[in-house]
Amino acid sequence: MSGKVVKVSGPLVVATGLSDANMSDVVRVGPQRLIGEILTMKGDAASIQVYEETSGLGPGAVVETTGAPMSVELGPGMIEGIYDGIQRPLEKIVEKVGANITRGVEVSALDHEKKWEFTAIAKAGDKVVGGDIIGTVPETPVVLHKIMIPPKMKGTIKELKSGSFNVTETIGILTTEDGRDVPLTMTQKWPVRVGRPYEKKYPPVKPLCSGQRIIDTMFPIAKGGTAAVPGPFGSGKTVVQHQLAKWSDVDIVVYIGCGERGNEMTDVLREFPELKDPRTGESLMKRTVLIANTSDMPVAAREASVYTGITIAEYFRDMGYDVAVIADSTSRWAEALREMSGRLEEMPGEEGYPAYLSSRLAQFYERAGSVECLGGDERRGSLTAVGAVSPPGGDLSEPVSQATMRIVKVFWALDASLAYKRHFPAINWLNSYSLYLDTLKPWFDENFGESFMQDRTKAMSILQQEANLNEIVQLVGKDALSPSDQLTLEVARMVREDFLQQNAFTDIDGYSSYDRQGRLLAMILHYETLCRDAIAKGASAMKLFDIPAREKIGRAKSVPAEDYVKVYEEIEADMERQIEEVAAQGGEN
Amino acid sequence: MIREYKTVEEIVSPLMMVRMVENVTYDELVEVELHDGSIRRGKVLEVNGDTAVVQLFEAAAGINLADAKVRFLGHPLQLGVSGDMLGRVFNGMGQPIDGGPEILAEEYRDINGLPMNPAARDYPNEFIQTGVSTIDGLNTLVRGQKLPIFSGSGLPHANLAAQIARQAKVLGGDAGNFAVVFAAIGITFEESEFFVSEFKRTGAIERTVLFSNLANDPAVERISTPRMALTAAEYLAFEKDMHVLVIMTDITNYAEALREVSAAKKEVPGRRGFPGYLYTDLATLYERAGRQLGKKGSITMIPILTMPEDDKTHPIPDLTGYITEGQIILARSLYRQGIHPPVDVLPSLSRLKDKGVGKGKTREDHADTMNQLFAAYSTGKDNKELMSILGEAALTPTDLLYAKFADEFERRYVNQGYDENRSIEETLNLGWELLSILPKAELKRIKPELIEKYWPKKD
Repeated sequence: MSGKVVKVSGPLVVATGLSDANMSDVVRVGPQRLIGEILTMKGDAASIQVYEETSGLGPGAVVETTGAPMSVELGPGMIEGIYDGIQRPLEKIVEKVGANITRGVEVSALDHEKKWEFTAIAKAGDKVVGGDIIGTVPETPVVLHKIMIPPKMKGTIKELKSGSFNVTETIGILTTEDGRDVPLTMTQKWPVRVGRPYEKKYPPVKPLCSGQRIIDTMFPIAKGGTAAVPGPFGSGKTVVQHQLAKWSDVDIVVYIGCGERGNEMTDVLREFPELKDPRTGESLMKRTVLIANTSDMPVAAREASVYTGITIAEYFRDMGYDVAVIADSTSRWAEALREMSGRLEEMPGEEGYPAYLSSRLAQFYERAGSVECLGGDERRGSLTAVGAVSPPGGDLSEPVSQATMRIVKVFWALDASLAYKRHFPAINWLNSYSLYLDTLKPWFDENFGESFMQDRTKAMSILQQEANLNEIVQLVGKDALSPSDQLTLEVARMVREDFLQQNAFTDIDGYSSYDRQGRLLAMILHYETLCRDAIAKGASAMKLFDIPAREKIGRAKSVPAEDYVKVYEEIEADMERQIEEVAAQGGEN
Repeated sequence: MIREYKTVEEIVSPLMMVRMVENVTYDELVEVELHDGSIRRGKVLEVNGDTAVVQLFEAAAGINLADAKVRFLGHPLQLGVSGDMLGRVFNGMGQPIDGGPEILAEEYRDINGLPMNPAARDYPNEFIQTGVSTIDGLNTLVRGQKLPIFSGSGLPHANLAAQIARQAKVLGGDAGNFAVVFAAIGITFEESEFFVSEFKRTGAIERTVLFSNLANDPAVERISTPRMALTAAEYLAFEKDMHVLVIMTDITNYAEALREVSAAKKEVPGRRGFPGYLYTDLATLYERAGRQLGKKGSITMIPILTMPEDDKTHPIPDLTGYITEGQIILARSLYRQGIHPPVDVLPSLSRLKDKGVGKGKTREDHADTMNQLFAAYSTGKDNKELMSILGEAALTPTDLLYAKFADEFERRYVNQGYDENRSIEETLNLGWELLSILPKAELKRIKPELIEKYWPKKD
């Protein structure tokens, strides 16, 4: 049975005669078979948000329901792909219709022709439950795609064979408990607005190493944690997000470009295949899935894009992988929500956003976590969610920022004034926070010794003191400070310039390992301790600030990765000697 | 067959309601014929059963509810495009107003365009030399970029835009076919005339397509003007292999026209009364800039907007900044000091600069010196501020050098006037000359070997 369009207003279409359709069903609208989703039902009239441009659509056009909610197709072939907000492969669309996206293009999400080498792990007679791994496919050199029994299924394997299959071919047969035979393929379908099930959730205990000093050392995020990156335009949000996508030590990265610039997605698409993952030596693209619904693409599909992305991420998490979802930007998603809400003539909440904004945001972030996956083998997976927020005018009091801050555990506050000074990453150390410090401390203590966290605390306190001292300097000038306070300012400057600043665009400094981060900070703090002693003994502060080793510390970031241990030791030795010399000269100024 | 309706029920400019229509579709072009035979145009904003809400592009004055004949044309607003458009002047609706013949269209295109597939984009990375140090040296423009000028009322943004249009060139062999598409959106006759005479003076007029909606033209027409211009630009760039520079001024007028229509539709307003979809709407304009894989041409866009009260957080500059790839900000304080062009270097930014500079593109020392100049100027400005509170005595000798650097930087690097065309070499060398005011050890952001090579030799 099909319905008829009665009203068209931008992406919102009202159709009658859809009494057999369910809420949230995907429908096909008009002669071009545009994809839409049912938002509300009144009698047999349904309000539909259409994921494509509706120009040329009028009353009388036919609407058909597919009888199923908005779903993604999960299986081998997603890695290295770039999808739009409703999981249509953009590269296939280029092949089909050219450089601009026309309407009503039908392309399947996964390549249905390509053959994959499937190796069975389970065998006939095995009792399996949803989530159990029955075989593997080497999808890329770094990703072993695990084929799982779909959640909610249970039974005995009747037949399963290794070999070369495409994703629609039957690889085996499962006999369910009630005796039905169900064919098994390498794909699953899952509705995007429903989180994929897992056995149990755990508090996250391991940090996610991103190679970014201000993140890893100062405001770490746990694997399975949530973080937000808010900042006005031009403060480097996208660069931070790209750095995370590049260097995070996770198995899979899902990058969602939600209502952002087309060129940024192109940048990822062109740059990632060239970059090598420091852990595997393979191209970064070989572990990345891209979802791109740029700002000029239809707004309704933008709303769906974050769900599409996180569902794909959950699927990989279910295999027992560490997955990171990076969404740029959740504000654009919220705006899409607002636009649809406005067209539905709902009563607006704050700043025109719908009243359910914060609950929707919470639902999204809550799909992150460190979990024990479904299936009998108690494997663990994690899903880390990082969302950018683009507050209008950089004002964090607006609804999206406020709702996000209530949910996320890590907050990397970008600061335009730091960006103007070309201090990058422009994450403000005084406003940012991480609530994972306590849960991660045992891991740091065990792996890098207790000094790692102690150094972090000390560096933070120096930066805090600097902020206080700067207020005094504004009033009375630097000279009026005691030598000890001058040292604090000087060391704070070193922490800022020589440690926190990190150039994303250079090969060496772009990624910094934990060990290297720890050593660099320890070196700066060691300088502080030695100088403070020397000053107490009457040495000239000015001379201590001018020792030649200082310049070397300033350049320590750009020492090649293979030499840094040796070079850092040399710098420390030089520094100790030079400070001793200054101290020996005593207090003549 | 196109039917005529005489069932206009209501007009609340710019919206018109027509009853008892059949087979009308969303976004369709509408013609309204007045009793004197003149034609007004509009588009369908909403169809609900047999009622169509039409947004008029032109003034509603003179339309009589009983007489007006309404025709629905079955296709959206289109522009007939052709290579012959170069050198011509059109009104905001794409009709020639220079007295020349009608354009024989090679093709009709929907002015809304279609979203560009990110997988089909080619990343902009070709350096464009504008001859303006603050842009070339510090906020490098590349082909296919969208880089707006954020200005304020009374600031010389027009001079800067004209200077860029005049001087912009690509280094190396492929100068390519160059064209300018200029969209005047609600600006005054004088401002528009400044650009026209400037293009005439330099001979660029032959390679320019002008779309002109002046301040006294209907405001609703402004919503179509930039789309007309961009449709022409897309045709020239991707069909005729041209490198097109699109200048649109003033986006603030565009956004206000959008607000006017939104208010008439009684939509829930967002910040400052602008519609909630302002971001999406602006993005459908700005995102049409770029390059495509396998195509020779490109669209580089310089939208100009005046920030109300010089406020960068006003929704128009704010949302623009979130979409465009950087911004050039003009500062009133520099303008008052007589510094031209008054580019406020620190908050200005080109996001694509890193892809357009360096060895083989500009010079190997470009990226490092760029960072160092920014950092030094920022420190210098801080020190100057401190100096004005505490006096010179409170600063260390190095701090004083930074303050001196900041002054010299503004006086020589920023202040170059609108007629000087500096090559990138000149700009970079001037940067070194200024940096040599500082002690060598302060240049932490530059690789030692580059300092060795480029540090100016003084006698």
